[in-house]
Amino acid sequence: MALELSTQIVPVDPPSSFLEVRDLRVHFPTEDGLVKSVDGVSFSLEKGKTLGIVGESGSGKSVTSLALLGLHKGSRAQVSGQIWVDNEELVAMPESEIRTRRGNKVSMIFQDPLSALHPFFTVGSQIAEAYRVHHKVSKKDARIRAVDMLQRVGIPQPERRAKSYPHEFSGGMRQRAMIAMSLVCDPELLIADEPTTALDVTVQAQILDLIRDLQQEFGSAVIIITHDLGVVAEIADDILVMYGGRRIEYGSVRDVLKAPEHPYAWGLLQSMPHLGGDVNTRLNPIAGSPPSLINLPSGCAFHPRCEHRDRVPDNRCVTERPELRPVPGTDKHIAACHLDGDSKTEIRSAADRLAK
Amino acid sequence: MTRYLIRRLLSAFAIIVVVSFITFLIFFAIPSSPAVLACGKTCSASRIAEINQALGLNKPILTQYWEYVHGFFFGRDFGDNSRVIHCNFPCMGISFHDDSNVWNTLMNRAPADLSLAIGSGVLFLTCGIGLGIAAAVRKGKSIDKFAVGFALFGISLPIYFTALILQYFFVDKWNLLPSPNYTPITQDPGQWFQGLILPWASLTIGFLAYYTRLTRSTMLETMGEDFVRTARAKGLSRRTVIFKHTLRAAITPIVTIFGMDFGYLIGGAAVITESAFGIPGIGSLAVQSVENSDLPVIMATTLFAAVAVVLANVVVDVVYGIIDPRVRLS
Repeated sequence: MALELSTQIVPVDPPSSFLEVRDLRVHFPTEDGLVKSVDGVSFSLEKGKTLGIVGESGSGKSVTSLALLGLHKGSRAQVSGQIWVDNEELVAMPESEIRTRRGNKVSMIFQDPLSALHPFFTVGSQIAEAYRVHHKVSKKDARIRAVDMLQRVGIPQPERRAKSYPHEFSGGMRQRAMIAMSLVCDPELLIADEPTTALDVTVQAQILDLIRDLQQEFGSAVIIITHDLGVVAEIADDILVMYGGRRIEYGSVRDVLKAPEHPYAWGLLQSMPHLGGDVNTRLNPIAGSPPSLINLPSGCAFHPRCEHRDRVPDNRCVTERPELRPVPGTDKHIAACHLDGDSKTEIRSAADRLAK
Repeated sequence: MTRYLIRRLLSAFAIIVVVSFITFLIFFAIPSSPAVLACGKTCSASRIAEINQALGLNKPILTQYWEYVHGFFFGRDFGDNSRVIHCNFPCMGISFHDDSNVWNTLMNRAPADLSLAIGSGVLFLTCGIGLGIAAAVRKGKSIDKFAVGFALFGISLPIYFTALILQYFFVDKWNLLPSPNYTPITQDPGQWFQGLILPWASLTIGFLAYYTRLTRSTMLETMGEDFVRTARAKGLSRRTVIFKHTLRAAITPIVTIFGMDFGYLIGGAAVITESAFGIPGIGSLAVQSVENSDLPVIMATTLFAAVAVVLANVVVDVVYGIIDPRVRLS
């Protein structure tokens, strides 16, 4: 099914960026209906830059990243759109060819390394295996490379630790090993799927520093998937906010975090606890729960949870899906919201007053 | 690994001691009088007393158990002044039925028993895992439906029925095989093999079903694991992902179940197959001894089964330790 959709002749329009995703759709047919996990997502990324993809669980972040690796092939997923990596289109590429890029040109750091690493093989052998898939080297040389990688990600006594099993590592060390494994083939595009979620805060900071240092060293493009805006602010250049499988806001981190345009993005920002804030204030979550991906709400998918929809005349939030529109005075900041600029300024200043 | 193995062997030994004691209690302490059983139908009180004396049955139970264990390792003599039957090192007593040495009877039966158990075990394990993998990899496709359907079919057929059907077609109707008849492997390996084809096949059909389903479900479960996704994300071939990464993790529950089944099979659980094809195994020996109320033989077959199950489980534990490095630590 996925192949049928993806072999449609698309006008070849070579991308200008290293990574360019155009109108990516990943749909899963189920008995209850078509689950539109990713529905028309586009973004681009240059080498050496970092994109943060932000959204709740079920917003399509991880499904997008798996599509970048071609891991939906062979499953029931219907993938359409285009994914250009270094002038090669991956969606229509056959499995046998995409396999030679997987883990090689594009690689991924998974969340929860305890379950993402194989429990029965040593860490060293798993890293060496990742290297040997794409390089014709002896087992011994691959081993040396694995130990070298462990050293580079800051694991002490790498020679000895390479012979350990994942369960013998601490959480932070496991994530370092996972990173070593994903970098062993010098990938040009590195996708980190919630790389710090399972870790405690001090280790989180170390891991983020590590990813940033390695990115500078290798010059890779990095996509970091998270629901933690703090991580994005720390590490990313651009930010893509996803909701219900769609883009709702996209722009440089500075623009988006300074003046988010979409009420959902405000909600994400406001829901973060502040260091040094009053410990007695309640956290400020976004009301409601993520939408059903089979039957998205009409109009703006966020409208059932949006407290500002009454400010938009004619009930347009319910009836009309907002287009992504450029935000005036910015470089590439776009957002999909019907609210006009004046209302936004008003709401924002009211929120600021409240915060003070 | 060595310490792990030693610990496992020690606990296995302890289990066997406990099992032997309990079996001894049940068989020698609970029935009113073993001597009556040994003596037969025409029996006088003085004869019973004689037998009690000869077999040491008038001593306290603990003493009797000690003599049984001691006799196993150092041999013992049965009888009184008039007639002495000597029983050598692995002494499991003398049959009440025909005065034969129980250990020798057991050892005469063991080769046929092992031939049947090992042959069918290898068959149903390999075929079951193979079919299960094929079904899991092509879930929902025709091979999957065939495997699941065949599994249901196999599970619902009783072994004596399968055995008769196989015999009817392969021996009587198509004349493909000689009438099943056990020949020791030392005598003629070719005939040994030919004679065991149908017994192996009928046991396999019964067990295969179970192993196919088990493999299919554990494979499917493991395929959903994160580390399998990681393996794919590395760019590994489908074959490597399935056989190296998925199977390795999926096989542990199969090994556990196989260990138990295999232990039971060696211990004589294949008794129906044995009698259907006339194979002199442990199972039919156990049934015979129960029919004859031949306590020493019942005791011996029970212990043999216990040792088989316990040893099979030790092997499982060791294999477990080899497969899963996390087991070695705990």
